Amino acid sequence: MHTKISFSVLTIILLGAIVAAGALSLNSGAADIPVLQGFADIWQGEQSLAATILGQIRMPRLVLAIIVGATLGMAGAAMQGLLRNPLADPGVLGVTSGAAFGAVCVLYFGAAAAAWYWLPSAAIIGALLSLVMVYLLAGLHSSMLALILAGVAMSAITGALIAVALNFAPSLYAMQEIIFWLMGSLVNRHWDHVHIALPLAVIGWLLILSRSRFLDALSLGEESTRSLGFNNHRERGILLFGIAISVGACVAVSGSIGFIGLIVPHLLRPFVGYRPGRLMFASALGGALLLILADILVRQFDSARELKLGVVTSLLGGPFFLLLILKTRSRWA
Amino acid sequence: MMTSTITLTANAQSISLSAKQVSLARDGNQILHNADLHIQAGELVGLIGPNGAGKSSLLRVMAGLLDADSGQVQLSTADQPPQLLANISGRERAQVLAYLPQQETPAWPLQVEHLVGLGRAPWHKPMSGKSARDKQAIEHALAITELQPLRQRIVTTLSGGELQRTLLARVFAGEPKIILADEPIAALDPYHQLHVMELLAEHAHQGGAVLTALHDLSLAARFCSRLILLQNGKIVADGQPIEVLTTENLEKVYGISAYVDCREEGVVIIPRKRVI
Repeated sequence: MHTKISFSVLTIILLGAIVAAGALSLNSGAADIPVLQGFADIWQGEQSLAATILGQIRMPRLVLAIIVGATLGMAGAAMQGLLRNPLADPGVLGVTSGAAFGAVCVLYFGAAAAAWYWLPSAAIIGALLSLVMVYLLAGLHSSMLALILAGVAMSAITGALIAVALNFAPSLYAMQEIIFWLMGSLVNRHWDHVHIALPLAVIGWLLILSRSRFLDALSLGEESTRSLGFNNHRERGILLFGIAISVGACVAVSGSIGFIGLIVPHLLRPFVGYRPGRLMFASALGGALLLILADILVRQFDSARELKLGVVTSLLGGPFFLLLILKTRSRWA
Repeated sequence: MMTSTITLTANAQSISLSAKQVSLARDGNQILHNADLHIQAGELVGLIGPNGAGKSSLLRVMAGLLDADSGQVQLSTADQPPQLLANISGRERAQVLAYLPQQETPAWPLQVEHLVGLGRAPWHKPMSGKSARDKQAIEHALAITELQPLRQRIVTTLSGGELQRTLLARVFAGEPKIILADEPIAALDPYHQLHVMELLAEHAHQGGAVLTALHDLSLAARFCSRLILLQNGKIVADGQPIEVLTTENLEKVYGISAYVDCREEGVVIIPRKRVI
């Protein structure tokens, strides 16, 4: 299935949808506030309730949804292109679980309460450390398969360590905090979270996008890519580093949010003629859109017992992914 | 389209690729043993030999994709003295030398023209789109491989012959002077075999150089200006097809008794029976 639609049209449609969903997102929440009035108050520097809710709660939440969604979508597309496999996701190399483990350590020792930056910093360090470990385990000039195996091993190890942390959690409260954090959410995030996630995410995006020609060429196979003049190890290293820091930064502020990186590239692939390079940009937009919508959905339920964003994406993503596999299995068979 | 052909011919004479005393061992097996070979502009050279003789390894060493344990590969182009292939950057190498692997399966259902466009990678500049030269080269590649009617087709829906032609067009799109192809006509019907060989011969005729591993000895004799016979990693014969494809060589290297006939329209080789 190749859908006849030009890349610029697709970009405009996605951007338009993001703007619309963003407006809807600013309008949804527990408090019923006049959004336009709120913006006017922010503009004039008035400290009204609407201005505070909009500027301090809903805007950072929307901006984070865009950053996190875009990162997960782009990283998923990059990973699928790199592994030449539509079933890969950003977590394959253990980066996500490494970040989660870093965050869990902080929650376990109760350092998260000391200062807000402990949690995201630990998650980013966890993500980078697990990437370094994967490279150490597999060897610097290893095959992609060795890297995946090392990534799976690292995921298993960090998963086990997270279980240990839960097992020996100092209090029920700490345990609950860890579990809720692992589910992923954008509630109670403020501009500080944006400030820590955005620079790293942008660096990651640029690194990932700068390798789009490499991913295109990789459609032909590793050998052909090398014969076309690419230094595969170097290109792959840059790509993985970009994925690690951007995904690490996002997991650090939002917790684990699954399936975005898997589904969005899958959905958009036919619209970009299956070209891996273009898919990354389109998936960033698609990921941002999907996460804004999921975050709106979360807010439609009872706010006393919050529905976690990661739970929603998994609930929607799992069956949806199954459907995609059933629909396309003849093609990938 | 014409200009690229003319420039290719103008500085054609000085293009050459040579392997000197190349040896390669993997896991204790000697794969290549002091192989010496030289190809230059205007030549279509066939690399023949039984399975496991080292044809693919030799091609990959010549393409700079595999490092030999000893020996060296030298590339000389028009404007430069001979250089070691290992000292040339990947990008510069790819602009001169193209490699077509034995089995190249596209990972995604791309369109034919997009796949062919991937061959332009060595010429891309960072942060810029497709140049006029890129478009021209892609059109030229599609034209000579007669793929223009199929340009919108999805590569996974192509027949084996069409796919091989598309992959060859990908190679031509990069405007290389030297093409190294690993069994480009294996698993093709005779029509497509002839088509691919004609395209490679035409490239050599226009001043390029081609080294290709082949299993079809009759087609090798028919199209190649020179044949190189490889046995257990050693080059045992190198010369005109008629000099190389002797009944003695076929018996010694392939272990077959074959009927070899030199006719007006080419050499005919009919394998009769195994002798070992």
